[in-house]
This record gives sequence, C-alpha cells and structure tokens, in this order.
Amino acid sequence: MEFIKDLGHISLLIAFLLMLVGFWGILTQKNIVKIIISFTIIETGINILIVALGYVLGKTAPIIDSSVAQEEGHNVLNAIVDPVPQALVLTAIVIGFGVTALMLAYAMKLYNAKKTLEISKFNDLKW
Amino acid sequence: MLRKLLIAFVLVGFSIIFFNIYSTYETKTELTGIAQHYAEKGASEVGAPNLVTAIVVTYRGFDTLGEVTILFLTASIIAFFLKLKEEDASKEIVHGETTEILVTASQVLIPLTFLFGIFVFINGHLTPGGGFQGGAIIATGVALMIMANPNAKINYHVIHWVESISGVSFVLVGILGIVLAGGFLDNKILGLGTFGDLFSAGAIPIIYSFVGLKVGAEISNILSKYQQSQKEV
Repeated sequence: MEFIKDLGHISLLIAFLLMLVGFWGILTQKNIVKIIISFTIIETGINILIVALGYVLGKTAPIIDSSVAQEEGHNVLNAIVDPVPQALVLTAIVIGFGVTALMLAYAMKLYNAKKTLEISKFNDLKW
Repeated sequence: MLRKLLIAFVLVGFSIIFFNIYSTYETKTELTGIAQHYAEKGASEVGAPNLVTAIVVTYRGFDTLGEVTILFLTASIIAFFLKLKEEDASKEIVHGETTEILVTASQVLIPLTFLFGIFVFINGHLTPGGGFQGGAIIATGVALMIMANPNAKINYHVIHWVESISGVSFVLVGILGIVLAGGFLDNKILGLGTFGDLFSAGAIPIIYSFVGLKVGAEISNILSKYQQSQKEV
C-alpha cells in the first residue's frame, strides 16, 4: 500500500488511533474507572508517538552490542535509532504512572463519599 | 443530541490534525542534532552500551532526579489522601477467600520477582532496563504478596528507610560528581572500566541501583496505602 510506507508510519498510525480511542472514551464514558482507563490509553498513544518520531529507517535499538556493527572508536552513527525520545518516554511513563495512581486514589475517595462511580451523580459544583 | 454532535466534532477535528501530520510525515533516514553527538561520543564519554541509560542517568541526570522527586510527591499525596482514621487502623480487611494456587505460587514467585528486579536495575547500563523498570518489577512482587494475603503486614520502617537512604545517596553521588569530576551527577567519579562489563560506566550502576531501590520502595508504599485504605469499608 502507498499509504503505509514503513515501520515509522505504522507506529504513527497506531499512536494516532490509540489517541482517538482515548479521547472518545473520555468524552463518552460515564464510569470514572473507564475514564481513567481512557486517560492511560491516550498516554500509551502519546508514548508510541514519541518513540515513533525517533525511528530511523532500518536501524536497530540504541544498545551497543554485537548486533550493532562496531567501527573504530564505537562509531555507531549509522546503526541505531534516536535514543533521546526513548529516554524522554521513560520519564513520561513514570509521570503517567504517578498521575494514574493519583486519579485512582481520587476515584476511591469519590466512591467512598457517594457509593457510586457514575460521573453524572457528582454534580455538586453544577448549577 | 448536541452533546453527541460536539463529541463527533472534537473527534473529527483531531482526526484532521492527525491526518495532516501523518500524510506529511517522512521517516528519518539518519540521526540529527544532539542524537548524533550521543551516538558518536556516548560510548567513549559515558562508557555505557545502553545509550538510553547513558542519556537518562548522565546526560540528563538532573531530569531523572526531578522524575524521582515527582514519584515521591505522588506517594506523599496519596498517603495524605488515603490517611486512615485512628479507629480504622486496627481493623482487619474483609475479603473473599484467596485460592490455594495463588498463595502457593506467590511463595515461589515473590523472591524470584525481587531477584529479577534487582538483576534488571543492576544491569541497567548493559541491557534494556534500568532503575525505574527494576523498581516496578520489585513492586509487582509486593502487589502479588498483597493479592495472596490481603491482610499482609508491610513493614513501613523498612520502606521509609530504604526510600530515604537511597534518595539521599542519589543526591550525594551527584554532589560527589561536582567535587571529583566535571559536574552534578557526572559518572566519571569512578573509572569507566572495560566497555560492556558489569562494573563499568563509572557511577551509573550505583546511581541506577539507588534509583531502583527508591522507585521500588515508593511504588510499594503506594500499593500498601491502597491496601490499608480498604480497612475503612
């Protein structure tokens, strides 16, 4: 197919689809836990997107071992994908974990307050 | 009806943005910018085969310190939110029966899970993995322990001491970098060693071990807070 050209494009497409699914979930779901799951789906999509942007055509993981042809002075310039987005995604995953854990703690508190997870029941600030 | 129209509008808007990005995107054919420097000099400057670790721990070590701080902040906020009342603290958690398979398997798997977590963070500079991944694996062992026995007592003192000592040591190793080498969190305070050995890449294995212990302790702390909060019910 002309539309899907290589691995970079496939990952980009998957990332965008996951983000759309996540946005749809946040906007339509009524259950607080399902909304939290939608947030984590968006997060996964964004992580895949960042890693996909660091993909270099036909190159391998940024770990220098026997699979990476070692030239003089460890010149691996022509063998690996961009390591910077991967390092940033590592940070993003940890932050995402923290945010999800906090959201779940809030959900637990909300459930204890009203014995329901239905988001439309929490209308105290609505007028 | 209006609500559904608005939702469709938002989703179609995002689709158009994404489609535009997608249709003009060209996959890179070579490294650009700072990545070029990391790929070329990373091995000789830092001595770690895993370049992602080299970036996370050394080139952007300060970023990692902030990341660990955010995790600590999350654990503190959760501890504040899920604080138990005095009269609830001595209650037992009411739960369904745990299966024999889970209880027996957990006794075998928990020590192995801890060992695997430690393996992952000690080898963070050689293989895919590192402090955060290893810490998360250690915390899955704690999660398994809580699932097998919901009333399991988790020793807070151990968790707090491990967390505090590894956090302080992380910063101290960083400050040693200012005194003995080029700057904060510089890994050259120890020799770079043989490329690809377990004890190589200077201070990276030490820093990543502290990060791994700290992350493992923090996630275990969050898990045990969730466990304790079930006593209210």
